[in-house]
Amino acid sequence: MDLNYSQEESAFRDEVRGWLKANLPQDLRDKVVNYGELTRDDLLRWHKILAKKGWVAPAWPKEWGGTGWNVVQRYIFEEECGFAGTPPIVSFGMHMCGPVLLRFGTEAQKKRFLPRMYNGEDFWCQGYSEPGSGSDLASLKTKAERASDKSGDHYVVNGQKIWTTLGHYADWIFCLVRTDSTLAKRQEGISFLLIDMRTPGITVRPLVLMDGGHEVNEVFFDNVKVPVENLVHEEGKGWTVAKYLLGHERMNTGRIGASKRELAKLKDFAARQPGDDGLPLIEDARFRDRLTRVEVELMALEITNLRFLDQMRRSGQPPGADVSMLKIKGTEIQQGLTELSMQAVGPLAQPFRATGTDLEDGAFDRFTAGLAPRYCNYRKTTIYAGSNEIQRNIISKMTLGL
Amino acid sequence: MNFDYNEEQQLLADSVRRFLAKNYGFEARKKIVASKQGWSAEVWTQLAEMGLTGLPFSTDYGGFGGGAVDLMGVMEAAGDALLVEPYLPTLMGGLLVARAGGDAQKKALLPAVVEGRLKLAFAHSEKGARYNLARVGASARRSTGGAGSAWEITGEKLVVLGAEAADRIVVSANTDKGLSLFLVSRESLRVRPYVTLDEQRAGDVGFAKAQGELLGAEGGALPVIEEVMDFATALVCAEAVGAMKFACDTTLEYLKTRKQFGVPIGTFQALQHRMVDMYVAHEQARSMACLACSKVDSNSGAGDRARAVSAAKIKIADNARLISQESVQLHGGMGMTEELKVSHSFRRLTMIAQQFGDADHHLARFAALDK
Ligand SMILES: Cc1cc2nc3c(=O)[nH]c(=O)nc-3n(C[C@H](O)[C@H](O)[C@H](O)COP(=O)(O)OP(=O)(O)OC[C@H]3O[C@@H](n4cnc5c(N)ncnc54)[C@H](O)[C@@H]3O)c2cc1C
Repeated sequence: MDLNYSQEESAFRDEVRGWLKANLPQDLRDKVVNYGELTRDDLLRWHKILAKKGWVAPAWPKEWGGTGWNVVQRYIFEEECGFAGTPPIVSFGMHMCGPVLLRFGTEAQKKRFLPRMYNGEDFWCQGYSEPGSGSDLASLKTKAERASDKSGDHYVVNGQKIWTTLGHYADWIFCLVRTDSTLAKRQEGISFLLIDMRTPGITVRPLVLMDGGHEVNEVFFDNVKVPVENLVHEEGKGWTVAKYLLGHERMNTGRIGASKRELAKLKDFAARQPGDDGLPLIEDARFRDRLTRVEVELMALEITNLRFLDQMRRSGQPPGADVSMLKIKGTEIQQGLTELSMQAVGPLAQPFRATGTDLEDGAFDRFTAGLAPRYCNYRKTTIYAGSNEIQRNIISKMTLGL
Repeated sequence: MNFDYNEEQQLLADSVRRFLAKNYGFEARKKIVASKQGWSAEVWTQLAEMGLTGLPFSTDYGGFGGGAVDLMGVMEAAGDALLVEPYLPTLMGGLLVARAGGDAQKKALLPAVVEGRLKLAFAHSEKGARYNLARVGASARRSTGGAGSAWEITGEKLVVLGAEAADRIVVSANTDKGLSLFLVSRESLRVRPYVTLDEQRAGDVGFAKAQGELLGAEGGALPVIEEVMDFATALVCAEAVGAMKFACDTTLEYLKTRKQFGVPIGTFQALQHRMVDMYVAHEQARSMACLACSKVDSNSGAGDRARAVSAAKIKIADNARLISQESVQLHGGMGMTEELKVSHSFRRLTMIAQQFGDADHHLARFAALDK
């Protein structure tokens, strides 16, 4: 056993770091680091820069634009991006729908969707959850009925999705729909459909979260016509697709690089901010202990993640139920960091939203301004992508056999 | 020892609760919060008519001569309704006048506070002071030109709750003789306003040679400030209990009604235990709020008072965090939305956890008192 990076791995890290330093636009980095709201254009601008370099889909097969990196290199790349403060690559296309099409899509579907996805020409969103179907996804009710007319065979979709992240930016949505409601086993009546967001009958309504931001939506389907060629895998096999995809989704929620960046920022702030006794806060033993605990959690997560990746490299198997662990720990750490940041700024954590204009200094300096909304916003991380309770259920059932 | 509210306390708490239930529902509050001013003058008038603005002030000025225990039920109701009117800042300002001011100042100000005609705020916290009450950089000196009693105050105060609403602001500043309190009229100050995380209005207040009037004697203001801060902290503990109770009740209701996998989610034992921990945390918080309020009312000495208040604040801070976070988590996605009141009690409880000192601050204070 040797937990040091090899010379080649370190060289790779240097290469990535150097390239990011030279190519990450300063304004985008500023927005990310200061918790600014990333617009559709911001997200796509970064996506396109990476696509041009050939680094936007490291995990895809080489023929579709993958980098051929091994899992450790991919991990290093992710970490460096997080640490540098790049905008995220929106997962719905590259990390979810893409892998699904690569695994289950027809040649025609791959040719039609993957290059546009890769080049950032289509913005994707995920239509799984419904008002009555969150944790119990298999109970979903949005209905797709087969019909045909002179334009050809199609599905007619009716129903509602909710919590659709960035649905207001999206060109396409991948949906789980019910194509058969007569079956005793609910999972068997579900299918996976790709739907053009511009199709008549689709309405997107914003939902405002408690931080005041608009990132999720309700999406309504009223007699929406979807060509049958937009069905992925077989009719009634949507659940298989969904399960495959969830594994990918969870592998992506650890955000170790970003947490490292937050931790470094917090340490830097605590070194400048006086504690109650006037000495730098970082010298306050109570605060220092809290900080160290998060840091140690992060180290444990990082090594666990690498250990899983190493297993994957050897076995060639996709991550099993234990990847839920990475989601649980990764999100707890992300939340822990937002909580500690609030604590670090102390009384200055209170300002939330300016009503005047001249707020450059005083309580509203750049570090403190975004903290309270961010603390609120990050409560979502233990709820979305399968709540942490559901992740525990998965480990309990699948790994432990309870 | 006795945990009962007396009849008057009970009646008052009931009538405040009834009033707020009728006039301060979540929808009504939303409108108030979204208004330009951010609080309701109408509600304010009614709070004053119910006698709330006079509760802790002497009968000499038209008040009720009550203490923190008399205010407990009121604060709990305020916490339940997530009241945003500048009630606490006005009480704090009034208490500083009552404890530190001279007779003439009390006569001039307190009746107006009691009748709800005068709103106050306390500008104390400064950049870099964190929760340390003794660290004040603002300074005051006697005006050379003006009348003999006028002072000029220079400095910057941060996150002054109710700063814009206040007619007059009590400001702490140092003179040659040490920490002192001054009364400054709102017009002579520059306020940079904002909405706080818990949807109250606050602002940073800057003043350069602002004209002020010395409140009481020059120097030696720290013990009075500590006493009033302890009083306010005890009240905020009681307020937290109200917000916690709401968060627990509404979460329990959700566990019973939200169905997944064909059953109410409250049938999952993993969630049952979480709900029980929330409930226990709320009961423990209530006990500590009782202790804090009772101790600030008794004459057992500043040390005894500070010890109880810090202990209560430690428990309230920890439990506010637990209850607020769990109440959102157990609501799933719904808990994240602005539409549900539970995300607003989350915000209030988050703020209370840090208001007047976070758990670490009070741990240190408690430990130091124990030496
Ligand atoms: C910010 C945000 C973004 C999202 N983005 C998307 C998106 O883009 N696309 C999409 O399809 N969905 C998205 N979601 C939805 C997300 O996947 C669901 O919120 C999640 O699955 C939980 O479902 P729910 O909200 O209905 O909560 P519920 O399922 O009603 O759960 C309520 C509570 O009960 C718990 N619970 C439920 N069942 C069990 C059980 N068996 N055992 C123990 N505890 C249980 C939950 O963990 C939770 O604490 C998003 C959600 C959020 C908050």
